[in-house]
Amino acid sequence: MSAAEASTMSPEAPPEDAATPTPPPSPPAQVRPGTWTGPKRPYDLVKEFVVALVVMGLLAGLLALVFSSPDDKGVTLQQWARQNPSDFVTTAVTELDGSSVSAGYGPPYNTAGNGQQIFFLHMQKWIGVHQPVDPANDFVIAPLSTITGNPTLTAALARYKAASSSQQQAWASAYDTAISKAPNGDPSQVAAGDYGPVPTMTASLLSLAQEGALDSQLVNQGSGFYQDNYTKPLLFLADGGYLADLANAQHLTGNQWGMMNETGNYPGQAWLWLYTMWYQISPFNHSGNADALVWALMMLLSLGLILIPVIPGLRSIPRLVPVHRLIWRDYYRRYGSAPKPGRPPDQES
Amino acid sequence: MSAPPTGRSWTGATRDRLVSALPPDQLLPDTQPAYVASWIYVFGVATLAALVMIIASGTVLAIGGLHWWHTTAVGHFVNSLHLWSVELFFFVMVIHLWGKFWMAAWRGRRLLTWVTGVLALLLSIGTAFTGYLVQTNFDSQWIATQAKDGINSTGVGAFWNVLNVGQMLLWHIVLLPLIVGVLAVVHIVMVRLRGVVPPIGIGTDGEPTSDPKAFR
Repeated sequence: MSAAEASTMSPEAPPEDAATPTPPPSPPAQVRPGTWTGPKRPYDLVKEFVVALVVMGLLAGLLALVFSSPDDKGVTLQQWARQNPSDFVTTAVTELDGSSVSAGYGPPYNTAGNGQQIFFLHMQKWIGVHQPVDPANDFVIAPLSTITGNPTLTAALARYKAASSSQQQAWASAYDTAISKAPNGDPSQVAAGDYGPVPTMTASLLSLAQEGALDSQLVNQGSGFYQDNYTKPLLFLADGGYLADLANAQHLTGNQWGMMNETGNYPGQAWLWLYTMWYQISPFNHSGNADALVWALMMLLSLGLILIPVIPGLRSIPRLVPVHRLIWRDYYRRYGSAPKPGRPPDQES
Repeated sequence: MSAPPTGRSWTGATRDRLVSALPPDQLLPDTQPAYVASWIYVFGVATLAALVMIIASGTVLAIGGLHWWHTTAVGHFVNSLHLWSVELFFFVMVIHLWGKFWMAAWRGRRLLTWVTGVLALLLSIGTAFTGYLVQTNFDSQWIATQAKDGINSTGVGAFWNVLNVGQMLLWHIVLLPLIVGVLAVVHIVMVRLRGVVPPIGIGTDGEPTSDPKAFR
């Protein structure tokens, strides 16, 4: 059946029911190149949109009513300090001895490391520090310096600040090692040793956090009265094991397909499956530059998706794999034969 | 009383150009080519409908403020509506994308239609991601601390701080939706301007053709 033989379609027919197409209109005097002049069918775009909106609204409403949405409360530093004081103190000590993740992070927080690289591209290092964070000072010393009326702490802080950086490092490292050897990693059960003022400082920081004062202090640094930047408390929290333990229990850690999940049995960001998948396989699952490599790969793949129409080979896949015959099966059956897989007819000999 | 000036105004020239480029019967036609007869075509408009749902529910959340949905049942329901609209949005958009891929829908000077569609998808992923960051709950804490390393490794983290809730909130409710919205409008206008891509191997006259442009 040729295009000229098409007949009229019902305006109420569903899209797949193209049983009665209209006759092809006479081509206008001036038809723009690429304009369709073949058979047409009535199609109510506005009605289609309104129906789609109602259906999507009902579906979303039903899903919202039945499944709701997750909302586990955020973790506070107070909660961390109260529920896992050993982890809190250990983390504070690693901030002082420079062994925490934040202390050795590098840009954009500090210059303690170079950050990750993509082959010869050191983007993290080249762009530099723009969110300055000094973990030892910002997470421990500065909050402790706000405490008044505690002569023991004041003396400990004065002693710590007066010491050389190598001495500070030696005290904190020794205390860090002692905690790791103590029963259950409990700071209160460490063996006697030369830890200088560090135990006094971390004990005071623990008290400060348990009272709830540290939460606001870390957010307030540099931002004054209004608060919206949680860089410091989140970095401190992430340096410890408490947050990760909670995430692990919710199947949210990196080797559990990480952040594409969310708490509870919800689909989460399922569209991040490809991004998250790379972290599960070699070499990304053991590379020190995994984040940079995965991002580079995803940017490359995204660019490839954008440019599919101009990439030889890729752009031919829809022609070679005849899914289009299924999509347009009615049209091919009525108005013309479907093209055979392979080269376009003019290139076939 | 003197007659108004007859010179061509900028306004008139702009109107003439717009109407010429996209006349009303092309912008909102009441017919489509006969091949637009498959359920796969429904997923484009379903994506648009889901986007409208997202914007509507997001607007209500914005009216209530950052923490409203934590403290009221109505707020929590609107948040759930927002979440599931997003889930449906990506579900139908991905099907729409696959459908257009197998149609090779970039044929016939439709490259920009394809590009704006893919860009809208990628930026929608970014918009959804910032939504997870501004929930102000455990999920946003964990996702932010995990995502920072990836963003920082590209150098972008120096200026786009996923740990800064204020910054992410503005990106989520203003900047990214604006870009996605503009891309969606351009995408739809391009569809109307170029029309729905004909079947592979069919010319614009509706007949089988050997013109290579009908194939790739």
